[in-house]
Amino acid sequence: MGYTLNFDAVWRSLELLLQGLALSLALAVVAILIGAVLGLALAFALKSKAWWLNRPALVYVTIVRNLPILVLVLFSYFALPQMGIALGKIESFVATLAVYATAYLAEVFRAGLQTIPRGLTEAGLAIGLTRGQIRRSIIIPLMLRNTLPSLSSTLISLFKDTSLAAAISVPELTFEARKINVETFRVIETWIVASLLYVATCSVIAALLRALERRLAIPR
Amino acid sequence: MSSLLEIQGLHKRFGTTEVLKGVDCAVRQSEVVAIIGSSGSGKTTLLRCINMLEDFQAGRIVLDGEEIGYETRDGVRRRKSEKEIARQRALTGMAFQQFNLFPHLTAAENVMLGLVKLKRMSRDEARTLAMRWLDRVGLAERADHFPGQLSGGQQQRVAIARAIAMQPKLMLFDEVTSALDPELVGEVLQVIKGLAADGMTMMLVTHEMRFAHEVAGRVIFMNGGVIGEEGNPKKMFLAPQTERLAEFLKSSSFN
Repeated sequence: MGYTLNFDAVWRSLELLLQGLALSLALAVVAILIGAVLGLALAFALKSKAWWLNRPALVYVTIVRNLPILVLVLFSYFALPQMGIALGKIESFVATLAVYATAYLAEVFRAGLQTIPRGLTEAGLAIGLTRGQIRRSIIIPLMLRNTLPSLSSTLISLFKDTSLAAAISVPELTFEARKINVETFRVIETWIVASLLYVATCSVIAALLRALERRLAIPR
Repeated sequence: MSSLLEIQGLHKRFGTTEVLKGVDCAVRQSEVVAIIGSSGSGKTTLLRCINMLEDFQAGRIVLDGEEIGYETRDGVRRRKSEKEIARQRALTGMAFQQFNLFPHLTAAENVMLGLVKLKRMSRDEARTLAMRWLDRVGLAERADHFPGQLSGGQQQRVAIARAIAMQPKLMLFDEVTSALDPELVGEVLQVIKGLAADGMTMMLVTHEMRFAHEVAGRVIFMNGGVIGEEGNPKKMFLAPQTERLAEFLKSSSFN
């Protein structure tokens, strides 16, 4: 096919790729942290009996989950400034991914809350604990244990979604790979290395979460 | 002697179904009251109103001089604040049919949680006290086991220790032996008997007629949302005054 693999050019640019990867990870971590806090609040809102809490929460989750994330990314970077909300590209992307993460994590957490028996809340109330204390000491710790397996795949998805930041020229891993590709014409090598970096990072995330799951497992 | 607990005209509805249709009763300090009756008679609901696990629409519950759950100001009956109700719930202890131990905490930690969060004890103090109560229910050597590693009878004993450690004025037992295998019932009843001997005031919803007969100073027979009959178990079981109680006793396992 007349193409000989030569990784030299890619190795020389490896530092650039690793910098891109570091930015990808940073984008994901910040967005996930924001999304986890808001998603948890949203999960409780979804489960609330008060319509003025559960309705807006459901509308939010439904809209965000039915939008392609690329559309959200482009909308917040190009359309929001027209409406007077102008953010830098990194801030804009982190905010967008956080909005997205909130909706997905809310669903994961809601499913986790569903599995916690009502009797535990009643036992907490009977001792004299407030609902807030019960949430913090009993419900959230149990819910996190229940959701760790499905949380893992959601977090990995969110990390991979950072590649869409390339669409608005955020210099993360995919953006850097495309730049190296254009500058060196080592198409196959560049994308193979970038892919391996994504796969390796995702594997590490999965392994870390599995280790956490084992550590938190309740002996029986 | 005045009553520790006084209930007047208690009415409770679930939607349009009236479950309690005007219950009046009083419990004295150190009294052990068994509540019996067929399912749907309102006995568990009565117990759950006393610690506000259920709201109720009318009536008063007064525990040790405090009106539980509601206050009437300017002729308007209002539910007390969540914080106030939480404080009042700690005046009573409750053990449940399904134990409801916190599965991610050890036996000792289950007992310690309320002591640390509500009585503001240090973990060391709470642990010491928890060990004393676990020892009391015969489970000191299981203190660091998780609920999933304990038998049903052991879990229920931990649950009782968890409630008692908060030093409630009144203990509520809601069919605490119904979910247990027959051979595990005895160990739990033994613990309850010990508490009765120590002078703990208790109300027990139970299907164990023999136990009610043996431990309770008074039996309340709930029938259709009201008290059908009450009195000394020895007399009541021998010579029921109402047709309904006679039928109920015949159909229950007590002979």
